[in-house]
Amino acid sequence: MTDLEDLYREIILDHYRSPRNRGELESPPAHRVEGFNPLCGDEIVLTLLAEGGQVTDIKFAGSGCSISQSSASLMSSAVKGKTLEEARRLIRTFKSMMSIHEAALADGDDDDEADDGDDGGEGRNGSGGNGSGGNGSGGGGLADVRKLGELAALQGVVKFPVRIKCATLSWNALTQALDEVDG
Amino acid sequence: MTPPTVSPTAAATPNPAGELDVETLRKDFPLLARTVHGRPLVYLDSASSSLQPRQVLAAMEQYYETCHANVHRGVYTTAEEATARYEGARTSVGRFVGARDPEREIVFVKNATEALNLVARSWGAANLHQGDTVLLTELEHHANLVPWLMLAEQTGIKLRYLGLDADGRLDLSDLDRKLEGVKLVAVSAMSNVLGTIPPVTTIAEAAHAAGALVVADGAQAVPHLPVDVQALGVDFLAFSAHKMHGPTGIGALWARAELLDSMPPFLGGGGMILDVRTDGFLPADPPHRFEAGTPPIAEAVGFGAAVDYLTALGMPRVRAHEERLTEYAMDAIADRLGEDCKVFGPPAAPDRGGVLSLGFRDVHPHDLAQVLDQYGVCVRPGHHCAKPLMRVLGVTATARASIGTYNDEHDIDTLIEGLIGAGRLFS
Repeated sequence: MTDLEDLYREIILDHYRSPRNRGELESPPAHRVEGFNPLCGDEIVLTLLAEGGQVTDIKFAGSGCSISQSSASLMSSAVKGKTLEEARRLIRTFKSMMSIHEAALADGDDDDEADDGDDGGEGRNGSGGNGSGGNGSGGGGLADVRKLGELAALQGVVKFPVRIKCATLSWNALTQALDEVDG
Repeated sequence: MTPPTVSPTAAATPNPAGELDVETLRKDFPLLARTVHGRPLVYLDSASSSLQPRQVLAAMEQYYETCHANVHRGVYTTAEEATARYEGARTSVGRFVGARDPEREIVFVKNATEALNLVARSWGAANLHQGDTVLLTELEHHANLVPWLMLAEQTGIKLRYLGLDADGRLDLSDLDRKLEGVKLVAVSAMSNVLGTIPPVTTIAEAAHAAGALVVADGAQAVPHLPVDVQALGVDFLAFSAHKMHGPTGIGALWARAELLDSMPPFLGGGGMILDVRTDGFLPADPPHRFEAGTPPIAEAVGFGAAVDYLTALGMPRVRAHEERLTEYAMDAIADRLGEDCKVFGPPAAPDRGGVLSLGFRDVHPHDLAQVLDQYGVCVRPGHHCAKPLMRVLGVTATARASIGTYNDEHDIDTLIEGLIGAGRLFS
């Protein structure tokens, strides 16, 4: 059951059992976004407070599987206190991790990954709403995944393609919330 | 070429107790020989889609290899044969559900969903007007909800719902009041989430007395219960081949001949007309009026083989087997898992089909299903296309194990073994 252990790593189970930042912030002033996974009926309510170009507070509510809940918990811990720019960069890196498997299958090109890693997403920041597309195409790579820290525990999800949507549910909600902040 | 005889020969022979011989029958299903993660496949997702016996696959292959041609077009020999196969399947499917006039009353469609859309778009659009009411139930699959919600958006009809009691049975205490002013009742003949078997005959009698027609969603009932449209007393019945050992891509709408005669076409194109001019067209008679374009011919042949297969097994015997196994499953779950495992829906097997929507401790159904896969067990996590029902149940999802002809006690035991394994992982 190595694949299953890869999916349900201890960090994931820990965040599932003891989720960080669970709840709802008062909205307004917080931005409130709802996300749905029509596949499994999971729902997430993300509330995000942005002040001075920073994510000063973030909470999530709703129900979902261990992957969607732990991903939301990990995400909220990772972006809290970060600048909006850093949060967007993190989204891109995470999304690219969720597509590494397919990308590796498609071209298996390490050079590409290294190049993307060197970019660190900086070049794309200039284009602003790029992250809002939500497909995470092209960015990131192994170098970036190493920077993800605890979030890298979700890497095992890519072996279970159906579950990728569970992992990205809260990240898509975050993208939407950041768009609202910018908008 | 004569069509091959569909004979679940050995499998159709009941065991000495007169029951379905499941051990023999399982040999008809090639997919059951598969292993996943080193374990034999335990297929408990027949409510989603059933497996196909080799007899059905052989009938389709034999059709393609010996007489494929477009139907109702050519005069050459193989075209005549293809048409005969296609129309022969229509007759078999109609007889299977007790149609009086199968040649006129069975419309081949893509699936039960399309059948229900056809009723809404054709009969509904022609007969329901702003302010008219359609009575639905909280049990319904999205296939029997969304077409009516769409019609409501377009025409301003009103939708009303029959609620449920605590065990997931329809609350019929105020049926007569709910039927006031209703033009159509749309009800599932078996819930795909709870297994509930609504008393469709009773509902149809009351509906007709109130001047309403009745459409039954038979997607779950037709594969698992003896279904006779005359006994049900409904006006329309929708069902899908792939849930009853047939192929995907085909289903049927049965409707009373006089109703089909009165209905306008749903989709336009070839095959559904008598005449076409530059300024208009004359539609063909039913059922061809509702079968625009080249139909799924091989799938119809497979559908015919599937109902022949089920007929040979005997639907009362299929139901008896599945009811017995449902009872075994519910008892075994209660004995071995106790309070940890909740089975939604009616508590007694005779009141329900073999659809077991499970809640296991607070483990999310998606996670349950993922762990069960490692045991080779196929169950479906999610809302089962019944989100309004999920809200009534107060959950976002369940893990659904559903029983088919080929399931046995070992499958249930493996399911329970997997649930215990999931409990260990998430404790």
